[in-house]
Amino acid sequence: MELLCPAGTLPALKTAIDHGADAVYLGLKDDTNARHFAGLNFNEKRLEQGIAYAHQHGKRAQIAINTFAHPGAEKRWQYAVDAAVGSGVDALILADIGVLDYASNKYPDAELHLSVQASATSADAIRMYEQQFGVTRVVLPRVLSIKQVKQLASATDLELEVFAFGSLCIMSEGRCYLSSYMTGESPNTVGACSPAKFVRWEPKENQLDVRLNNVLIDRFGDDEHAGYPTLCKGRFDVDNQRYHVLEEPTSLNTLALLPDLLEAGISAVKIEGRQRSPAYVAQVTQAWRQAIDEAKAKGKDYKPDAGSMEALGELAEGYQTTLGPYHRAWQ
Amino acid sequence: MKISLGPVRYFWPKQDIAEFYDNAINSDADIIYLGEVVCSKRRELTTPDWIELAKSLADNSDKQIVLSTLALISAPSELSELSRYCDNGDLLVEANDMAAVQQMHERKLPFVVGSQINCYNLSALKRLLSMGMSRWVMPVELSSEWLRTLLDEAKQEGIREQFEVEVQAHGHLPLAYSARCFTARSEDRPKDKCEKCCINYPQGRGVDSQEGERLFTLNGLETQSGLSYNLKNEMPTMAEFVDIARISPEQLDIAPVVTAFKQQLEAPAFEPLTKQECNGYWHKVAGMDQL
Repeated sequence: MELLCPAGTLPALKTAIDHGADAVYLGLKDDTNARHFAGLNFNEKRLEQGIAYAHQHGKRAQIAINTFAHPGAEKRWQYAVDAAVGSGVDALILADIGVLDYASNKYPDAELHLSVQASATSADAIRMYEQQFGVTRVVLPRVLSIKQVKQLASATDLELEVFAFGSLCIMSEGRCYLSSYMTGESPNTVGACSPAKFVRWEPKENQLDVRLNNVLIDRFGDDEHAGYPTLCKGRFDVDNQRYHVLEEPTSLNTLALLPDLLEAGISAVKIEGRQRSPAYVAQVTQAWRQAIDEAKAKGKDYKPDAGSMEALGELAEGYQTTLGPYHRAWQ
Repeated sequence: MKISLGPVRYFWPKQDIAEFYDNAINSDADIIYLGEVVCSKRRELTTPDWIELAKSLADNSDKQIVLSTLALISAPSELSELSRYCDNGDLLVEANDMAAVQQMHERKLPFVVGSQINCYNLSALKRLLSMGMSRWVMPVELSSEWLRTLLDEAKQEGIREQFEVEVQAHGHLPLAYSARCFTARSEDRPKDKCEKCCINYPQGRGVDSQEGERLFTLNGLETQSGLSYNLKNEMPTMAEFVDIARISPEQLDIAPVVTAFKQQLEAPAFEPLTKQECNGYWHKVAGMDQL
């Protein structure tokens, strides 16, 4: 089982490798990837350095080109594919049928992974991407229960990758337009959800209002931890009931599921967080390295130790973690 | 430009479904889509019931009848239900998940690519065409400019005539799908004990900001726009490059809505939108905006 860690920057990439990642994933410095944030990602020189660092340490590097190409501008996505293949990266993580079409035709030997943004959640959808484009790995959206993950693993020969830790996207990825509904920009079209340029913090007496494109996402009291206003994690009203209507600010943590994931033959566990600091990447990578090694040795008897769970909890959004959709009760 | 009625996205009692399609068949709509697109637990009509209803509509009218499939397919049981739609024998199928695209492709049958399939550019369109796509429903978040650019490219490639283009022009927009049922959550029930409570919300459940601004509509696993999309004033320009305008059903008495849209084509008259409506996506701004 591959431990796949986020590399938003070259220092984060090195940190991930140094702390036990088997592979890292990264994006180019433009809107061709779903973490198109200021100060993040790799230009060609950094890309070369990053891949060299990974390979010197016997680790793999993958490039996410997982937004959807704009009409009249497909060349930008095609250029990203050319640059990625030219850099000697080990795999491309793609979502757009158009980009998959280009990559699979031009580079038939390239290793193609299906991004979570493609939203393939069934054996038949996976078969489509296998037959049409020869993808060898599928990153599963966070809408499946652990039972469904297991069913899928037995129904396909392709490698499956699941999200293990980090910010919890609760919608079927790649098919969520909540962000563009509120701001005009979505992960699919610009590579960012609830983009930072639309965020406004308004401190007032005894409260802090947080807005996204002028819409009030949440209002925090002095005693509350104010999180980033990702729009699906705000407190709203439904018939005079005020609560986290879609989801609480919380992070996914699947340490407890490691024995199940190993048994199901899951090929890779992905740590979310290319937008996070190298210090964060170091701590999460280390905790997961240790956990995977221990779970492999102990099999079904593996239980996450309280220390790791607590350490990861402190790194989580809102300081709380969940098994999310893997656990049926969450649904 | 033709007018279509999209599938009913809410969970309505069997009687209401029957009444709605009685009205639909007598409306001015050219195309009618039907089937359960949101949640496989909704069984007022079973899959065979939907197929039977669709066939009877097809037999009793000259409208094109299309079966719409589930938007998010995640269980093996949902795949077998999907096969029943794809094996219906006569009727065109709208694929709302890539699993449905694959199933229709394997049967070498033409299909409609629904708006929940990610098709954003010419290469993607061409690939779907090669798999059997006969009609493309544009993702709801795209603008008229995006569509024009793309269709100009299709024209230059000489493929524009090979498929029809459909755009949702009225009704709450489907914006997201989850494993979680937000309607059950709003009643503090886990999904496994939902008791299909969404049947009590025939137009979904509204979500407001703490300042009372309408943001979203909860419809089971689906999250919709809070405001109703309305492109009635854009109908004449749409008709220049769009083949079909879709109305998403929200009321039993649907015929007047269809007639109003037809009239906008024949004798366009500007009518201001209400505060409960939006048209932002079409104009390349935030979807919830009104221009």
